[in-house]
Amino acid sequence: MAGGNKNVAEMQVGEVGIVSGFTDDHLAVKLMEMGCLPGSSVRFNFTAPFGDPVCISVSGYELSLRVEEATAIRILN
Amino acid sequence: MASTRTRVALLGNPNSGKSSLFNHLTGLNQKIGNFPGVTVEKKSGLCLMPDGNTVEIVDLPGIYSIYPRSLDEQIVAETLLDHDGPTTPDKIVVIVDGTNLKRGFLLLTQIIDLGRPTILALNMMDLAAKAGISYDFNALSLQLGVPVVPIDARKGVGLDDLKKIIVQPLSAPTRKVFDIWKEVEAPINELRAQLEVGNNYEAYQFLEQPASLKFLSKEKQAIVDEIRAKHEFFPGKFQGAETIQRYGFIQDLLNKIILKASDNSWKNDSARLDKILVHKIWGYFIFFIVLFLIFQSIFAWAKLPMDFIDGMFASLSSALSTNLPEGVLTNLIAEGLVPGIGGIMIFIPQIAILFAFISVLEESGYMSRVVFLMDRFMRKFGLSGKSVVPLMSGVACAIPAIMATRTIDNWKERTITIFVTPLMSCSARLPVFTILIALIVPDQTALGFFNLQGLALMGMYLLGFLAVILSAWVMKLLIRVKERSYLIMELPTYRIPKWSNVGITIIEKTKAFVFEAGKIIMAISIILWVLASYGPGDDLNNAREAVLEESKNLRLTEQGLEDRIAAYKLERSYAGIIGKTIEPLIKPLGYDWKIGIALITSFAAREVFVGTMATIYSIGSVNDEDSSTIKERMREEINPETGGPRFTPAVGFSLLVFYTFAMQCMSTIAVVYRETKGWKWPIIQLTYMTFLAYVSAFAVFQLMS
Repeated sequence: MAGGNKNVAEMQVGEVGIVSGFTDDHLAVKLMEMGCLPGSSVRFNFTAPFGDPVCISVSGYELSLRVEEATAIRILN
Repeated sequence: MASTRTRVALLGNPNSGKSSLFNHLTGLNQKIGNFPGVTVEKKSGLCLMPDGNTVEIVDLPGIYSIYPRSLDEQIVAETLLDHDGPTTPDKIVVIVDGTNLKRGFLLLTQIIDLGRPTILALNMMDLAAKAGISYDFNALSLQLGVPVVPIDARKGVGLDDLKKIIVQPLSAPTRKVFDIWKEVEAPINELRAQLEVGNNYEAYQFLEQPASLKFLSKEKQAIVDEIRAKHEFFPGKFQGAETIQRYGFIQDLLNKIILKASDNSWKNDSARLDKILVHKIWGYFIFFIVLFLIFQSIFAWAKLPMDFIDGMFASLSSALSTNLPEGVLTNLIAEGLVPGIGGIMIFIPQIAILFAFISVLEESGYMSRVVFLMDRFMRKFGLSGKSVVPLMSGVACAIPAIMATRTIDNWKERTITIFVTPLMSCSARLPVFTILIALIVPDQTALGFFNLQGLALMGMYLLGFLAVILSAWVMKLLIRVKERSYLIMELPTYRIPKWSNVGITIIEKTKAFVFEAGKIIMAISIILWVLASYGPGDDLNNAREAVLEESKNLRLTEQGLEDRIAAYKLERSYAGIIGKTIEPLIKPLGYDWKIGIALITSFAAREVFVGTMATIYSIGSVNDEDSSTIKERMREEINPETGGPRFTPAVGFSLLVFYTFAMQCMSTIAVVYRETKGWKWPIIQLTYMTFLAYVSAFAVFQLMS
């Protein structure tokens, strides 16, 4: 799928970006169902101790993702 | 036979307030059962309507979309697709979080497309108002073609309006949100020509969800499979595109009906709390304090009511045996049934307290943070952050703990969690630990304030947890299944728990434990009573004469004589014979046949150990729970081979380790069978735990003696 060259796992705490696509079709469906949609703005909130999982805000929801899952979300910023 | 009563299903996202609404509508009028054929919990209850009729309310598991991700979720798809199953709803109430409609509307539009009579309940309107959000309800209702009711399920606001709409005749929505792709029209038409299907979207779901069609007959399932194959339809192929199309519709809709949006600043308090509660030091610190509090209350607060229940059943049992006419039936009731029921009831305080905590943690939103904090650590051992709740519950009882693993959607992580949970030291081990530790560990303090016995007890719990972690790690290496595991989970906004929800959870979980586990424990108690009360030949009938003969030179009191007779009988009963048979096997662990009998009787339920010890050492009937007497008697027991005490530290620790690891709980085996749908896992688990217990007890005894 198309998208920028950066993914959510590479964001800094507090950084905001726009979801541009997914690199994993299977995860994409699950992420979209939870409100993580292409075109919506995503904020990187905080990580768990040791950096994994991470917490993001997207479409007004706070989601927790493993780093592996966050890597599948491409962003533009 | 389906009743004529209207059935209403509640459907919504997790955290949308569905259970609050359900509790408000049904109160304590709830029934927890299973969906037919599966172990998914089905909550239903009756609700009195303004027109004087009652309707049945069914609470379906929380889902994000009609496409299932776990076992629990699959039942929702099945219930919705099946037109005349035992749980088919007449009307569906979809509950959507009023502070953020987007995601709830994804599910809502899917339900509308299925063409079932649907009502939209916009929940948490109090919070939405506080956040400054307002909607045009009329426009929303017109656009979607379903009635819309704003509610606040926590306070019960708007429920009268909801009930009024539920009793009104409601036609199926005609709005179609999703345009099914051209490519799929041919298989859909063919399916509709051959099977009775409500509409095109439902037919589309038949093609999409081969696993959710178990309600169809084999022949009909074959027809669906055939059509799917003929048109080369792959389930899941269009799911992403469908989701995007729906969200496109939802965005347009929201633009039309949102009068005032929120800037999300109402969530700031929650975000501030997260800074502390998932902090890399404070987060763990607070979690351990919470754990400590739970342990403390399970063991300290529960003691008083447990002693009370114990005493009550003991006196009931002795009252029955003195007042009822002597005979087999009286013995069965007084020595088998009543102590059996007592053995179940005694766990109620601990289970109630545990579920009080779990329910508060879940209601407040903290539980998701625990999952978040622990996921990385747990994953190293093949578990998931979601395994934390079952493992914590395992401290009270493995049965509700194993039932709590259903939220883990990855098969491997769930199986490993089920497999290792019984190694957590449950409350039934506590009486065994208490008596053995009191016997072999001196009641002294070390370093001023650490009580040695307390330390030993904590050590047993740590040992259990260590076994959990290591066994899970071994399982992770052994199970070679390449199924991906996820942790895409919502971290809900913190809220103050709703106390009536907590109360209802406590009552429902306790009821489920008493009835589900109770049945099995009862049956086993009766079997054990038979094994311990009967033996081959006339030995047992002649017990009195034989004991009188043996002890005619001793000056025995009436009670002393009775106790000796009981011990004589137990030695010659079937249980005693089995104990003697296995003696060579357990000798390397330091046990004799008397301990062997206790092992046999506690195979069904480990807490029976104490009672059996009491009978074997004939210090009184099984119901005499005065543990100091049992302890003294056990201390005096001599090992004829060494001339020293039978319960040396080596034997004591060997027994402690054995009871920590052994699977001595029939109810757990039964629940694992149910949850894993087969005998494979319970058998592997039983074998593994017995092996682990035997080898460890052997090692401990040999090293210490």
